[in-house]
Amino acid sequence: MTKICSLKEAVQHTVRDGDLVYCAGFTHLIPFAAGHEIIRQGRKNLTLARATPDLIYDQMVAAGCAKKVIFSYMGNPGVGSLRIVRAAVEAGQLEWEEYSHFGMISRLQAGATGLPFIPMKQTAASDLERNNPNIKRVKDPYGGKDVIVVPPLNPDVAIIHVQRCDPRGNAHIWGILGEQKEAAFAAKRVIVTAEEIVEESVIRSDPNRTLIPEFIVTAVCHVPHASHPSYTQGYYDRDNAFYLAWDKISESPDAVRIWLDEWVYGLPDRDAYWKKLGPEVHKRLKISPRLAAPVDYGNY
Amino acid sequence: MADYSASELMCVHSARLLKDHDRVLVGVGIPNLACNLALRTHAPNLQMIYEAGVIGSRPSRLPLSIGDPTLVSGAAGVCSMYDLFTFYLQRGNVDVGFLGGAQIDKFGNINATVIGEYAHPKTRLPGSGGSQEIAAWADRCYIMTPHQKRRFPEKVDFATSAGYLSGRTQREATGVRGRGPLVIVTDLGILEPDESGELTLTALHPGATVEKVRENTGWDLRVRQDLRVTEPPTKKELRILREELDPEGIHLKGGG
Repeated sequence: MTKICSLKEAVQHTVRDGDLVYCAGFTHLIPFAAGHEIIRQGRKNLTLARATPDLIYDQMVAAGCAKKVIFSYMGNPGVGSLRIVRAAVEAGQLEWEEYSHFGMISRLQAGATGLPFIPMKQTAASDLERNNPNIKRVKDPYGGKDVIVVPPLNPDVAIIHVQRCDPRGNAHIWGILGEQKEAAFAAKRVIVTAEEIVEESVIRSDPNRTLIPEFIVTAVCHVPHASHPSYTQGYYDRDNAFYLAWDKISESPDAVRIWLDEWVYGLPDRDAYWKKLGPEVHKRLKISPRLAAPVDYGNY
Repeated sequence: MADYSASELMCVHSARLLKDHDRVLVGVGIPNLACNLALRTHAPNLQMIYEAGVIGSRPSRLPLSIGDPTLVSGAAGVCSMYDLFTFYLQRGNVDVGFLGGAQIDKFGNINATVIGEYAHPKTRLPGSGGSQEIAAWADRCYIMTPHQKRRFPEKVDFATSAGYLSGRTQREATGVRGRGPLVIVTDLGILEPDESGELTLTALHPGATVEKVRENTGWDLRVRQDLRVTEPPTKKELRILREELDPEGIHLKGGG
């Protein structure tokens, strides 16, 4: 059964006001197109969870979509501060819940594997533990040192961008894998956006590369260039210039409003966004191929 | 006047701390440069591991972020973040971690979370990322920071990652496997922990003075008797940094 629909339809039917949303991807494959569609549809009171909120949540918070963020590193990677989320937190306008990266992805791992909690070794740093009641300490039943535990995170919706996917939702990912699989298995509903929709036979030609199976996927959307200014390994480069530019834009609420009007509200979809970026940006982000050696699964 | 910037100086001295074959969990910014410099100089077999889940990276350009695609192309392996933090870091397969933060205190504890009260932050910083676990479980940790009084308080506002807590025995009692922050490289010199875990001045960079270091430290900093003077960056190190790694000066122009 095909699950293909437009991203607009997928967001309409899958993302509701008040949902806990996890837009997955550690630097790589961040689903900006879906974030922008959520902004366009005016979703409110979302809890936005991501290890690194990145620019996508800076923009969604700026657009008024969020009541809370859950994170483990709130910065503009390699650039500096994530100004909008930071300002909202400092002003007391946005709730937050915080972990280390390991705590955050352990919560997803617990959610994805059906466990009531996951243990981690002690780190000797206990200030976060004192400030976040979700982080607890339990006795090792086998007599070792106490372990730190975190509860499962089960988002209402996970949004996963992938290189290629078949119409049923079997998805191939390569490059940095981040927490894509964990977020997808942890979530109640999953939107997959894909650079390419391929025949099922392409997926079946390389089953080791399938991170996400069809039966956990709610909707499949064909959205080329969906992760810009993040990137898709093998398809286009990370737009570091935009990450640097956002550092300036986000200094001024007016500039952010103008940017959102021009690049999100003023455009119907990702195709229009990519066209608007123009040939110079396309050229800058173009990459040359570097193919893997083929593997032989054998004909049995 | 020295013909190198404070950032270049710290970067070079951090790179020199790395040994060939070290498995290093590489952080963003200057640590990223330091590792890439070591790889191109004295440590060609350095195993660069990135918390995004990349093992044995061989980046062909300077990655701005620690999740850049250049880290993956040509790497020895890729795994999920959960695998990275468990199979690699928690299991004890990381030799070196680089750490940074807004505050580093007398016992090497690091604050990268908040200035002021946690619930009502005066200045909200990015938070832990991977550093809470790296500080605990990497065998050796190194810290790079400009030497300013506000960055070296006697006690951090918030301990994002553990140094020696209130003394070395306290850290040891928690059972963490890592040996803690072994070297702090600043733009004035080098600090190292003594037997109690208290940071002491062990080396000055050329031109720096003990008085200047003590003025810029928030506690009564002790000076090791055998105080050394460091070797300045070489032409080769500076050339690699400027021409190959950061030609646009994104990381190295300033004072850190």
